[in-house]
Amino acid sequence: MPAVVQLKDIHKTYDSGEVPVHAVRGVTLDIAGGEFVAVMGASGSGKSTLMNLLGCLDRPTKGRYLLGGTDVSGLDRNQLADLRNQKLGFVFQGFNLLSRTTARENVELPMLYGQRRFSSKEIRDRALHSLDIVGLSNRADHFPSQLSGGQQQRVAIARALINDPQILLADEPTGNLDSKTAVEIMGVFQKLNEQGITLVMVTHELDIAHYCKRNLIMRDGRLVSDTAVSDRLIATVEMQKILAAEAAAKLTA
Amino acid sequence: MRFMNIIKVALRALRRSAMRSVLTALGIIIGVAAVIAMVSIGNGAKSQVEASIASLGQNIISVFPGNFTTGGVRGGFGSASTLTVEDAQAISREVSGVVAVSPEMNDRSQVLANGLNWNTQIRGEDVTYLDIRLWSVTDGEMFSEADVRNATKVCVIGKSVANQIFPNMDPVGQSLRIRNIPFKVLGVLASKGFNYFGQDQDDVLVIPYTSHLKRIARRPNLNSILIQAQSPELMAKIQQDVTDLLQQRRNGREPDFTVRNQQELAEAATATTKTMTVLLGAIAGVSLIVGGIGIMNIMLVSVTERTREIGIRLAVGAHGRDVLTQFLVEAIILSSMGGALGVLLGVGASELVSKLNGWPVLVSTSAIVGAVAFSAAIGVFFGFYPARKAAQLDPIEALRYE
Repeated sequence: MPAVVQLKDIHKTYDSGEVPVHAVRGVTLDIAGGEFVAVMGASGSGKSTLMNLLGCLDRPTKGRYLLGGTDVSGLDRNQLADLRNQKLGFVFQGFNLLSRTTARENVELPMLYGQRRFSSKEIRDRALHSLDIVGLSNRADHFPSQLSGGQQQRVAIARALINDPQILLADEPTGNLDSKTAVEIMGVFQKLNEQGITLVMVTHELDIAHYCKRNLIMRDGRLVSDTAVSDRLIATVEMQKILAAEAAAKLTA
Repeated sequence: MRFMNIIKVALRALRRSAMRSVLTALGIIIGVAAVIAMVSIGNGAKSQVEASIASLGQNIISVFPGNFTTGGVRGGFGSASTLTVEDAQAISREVSGVVAVSPEMNDRSQVLANGLNWNTQIRGEDVTYLDIRLWSVTDGEMFSEADVRNATKVCVIGKSVANQIFPNMDPVGQSLRIRNIPFKVLGVLASKGFNYFGQDQDDVLVIPYTSHLKRIARRPNLNSILIQAQSPELMAKIQQDVTDLLQQRRNGREPDFTVRNQQELAEAATATTKTMTVLLGAIAGVSLIVGGIGIMNIMLVSVTERTREIGIRLAVGAHGRDVLTQFLVEAIILSSMGGALGVLLGVGASELVSKLNGWPVLVSTSAIVGAVAFSAAIGVFFGFYPARKAAQLDPIEALRYE
C-alpha cells in the first residue's frame, strides 16, 4: 500500500516562552495505509507535539509533511480545518464530546462543518451507521452524561469515522479508562484496522501498545526506536481471559 | 454550517443558562423600553403643544400698529393708533388668498349684571372671528352681520364670564352692562380652556367691532387686524402683499404697522418640545448602550466557559468564520429578543403613564422600528469582539483548556 503519511525531517520549535523549546527535532517517518502504529515516550518526549502535527492542528517549523501524497506543511488555518474535517479523525483522552448534546448529534458534528452540503436525513443516516460500527446505535439519543466512559469514547470514535477519514489519530485514548474498558476500546480499534483503516495512537502504556502492529518510541524530540510488534495482543482473546478471570473470582469468592 | 443549525445551537446555548440570558437581555429590554416611553411622552407633549397652537386658529396673520413716538418718548409695540377699518376692508378686498378678515378691538373693562361684576377682556370682532379661531357658540347664537353693520349692543360671552356673572342660570337673553351701556347676551362660547401661555381663553366677551369702536373704546383706530390665509403655503405671500398694500395706503410714509405670522409662534413652541424629546431619547439611549455592554460582558464569559467546546468544533473542521457566526448569532438573538420584549414593555409603560398621569402619549412607529434595529445593531457591535476572540482561539490551546 502507498504511504498515507510521509514526514520528512520535521521540526517544531515553540518560541512563546523565554527559551525556545525544540519539541520535535527532525522526525522522518512513513506510515503506509492499513498500519496500526503506537507512538510511545516519556512526557516531554515530543509525542503529543508529533500527534498535533500529524493531526494538522499545528504546523511544523521546518520539514515537509505529505498527507495522502499532498504537501500540507504550508497550508493556512482554514485549509487545515478542511483537511481535519475530510481526511482525519480524532479521538482524545478526555473524549471531548459536547455535553447536553446527544450521541448522534455529537457524531454528526464534523458533517455540519464540511464543505459539502448534506440533507438532514443523510447526515442522520450516516451518524447512525457510524454509531452502529462502534456498537452504540441503541444509545443514539443518550447524552454523554448518561453513558459510561467506554461508551463515550466509542461515540468519539464514531464521530472520528463519520467523514471516512484516511487516518484515525488517537491521543491516549485509554488514558481515562479502566483496564477492561481499555481492552474493549482496543478491540474496536483492531476491528477498524482489519477493515483497512489506518490508525496512529499515542500511549504511554506498554501493554496497550502491544495491541498495535508497529511501535515508535520518541525521546527528546527524536524517534529512537521503530519496531514491528511480534507478540501482538488480540483484544477479543484478552477480553475472554478477563471475563474468565472475573468468573473465576466470583466462583472462588 | 447551515443557518438553521446555527440558530438551534445558539438557542440551546442560551437556554442552558436561561437565567443569565434573561438578565443580560434585561439591559436591552429596559433600554429599548426607556427609549420608546421617553420618545412617546415627548411626542405626546409636542402634539399637545401643536394642538393648543392650532386651537388659536389656522393660517393666521395679524397686523398690529407700529410704535408711537412723541417728543423722544417711544411708546413701544403697538402703541400707535394707525390701523383703520378701511385698512381691514382694503386687505379683504385686494389681497388674494385671504379667506377672512376681522378688524379687532381689545379692551379690559368691568362687566356688571345680576348684582355681580367681573373684570374681563372686551373684544370687538367681525362675525368671521369664530371661524378664524375655530371656535363656536354652544348656547344661543353668534351676532349677525346686521349687528356689525348697525353697531348693535349685543355680545357673546366666554364660559368663564358666564360662570362668574350668571352662576346657575342661562345667560342667553340676559342683559349685562359694560361701562354702563346695556348689552344683550346672544350666546355662550364653547369652552377652550387655557392656552399654551397659561391664559384662560374663556375669560372673554365678544361684541361687534363697530359697537366697540363707537360705544366702548370711542376712538377711530383698531387694535389689530386678524387675517386668515387659505393655506399655509400662501402665508408668506399674503404677509408680503399685506405689507405692500398697507405701505401703499400710507403714501410712502414710515411704516407704522407690523405684520406677524402665527407660524413663527408655532415653530418656536414646537422647537422647545422637540428639544425635550431628543434629550429624553438620548438619555434613554445611553441605557441601551449600557445594556449592550452587558451583552458583551456575558458573551466574553460565555466564550471563556465554552473554550473546550470551541476547541472541539475547530478540531473537527469548523472554520474561524463558523465559530464567529455562532457567537454573533447568539448575541444578536439575545439583543433582538430583548428589543422585542422592550417594545412591549415600552408601549405598555407609555400607556400606563398616559393612564396614570393623564399625559398625552404618542407611540411612534419610527421609535419602535428604530429601537429594535438599534438593539440588533448593538448585538452585532458588542457581540463581535467576543465572537472574534472565540474564532481566533488556537484549537490545541482550546482543547487543553480546563
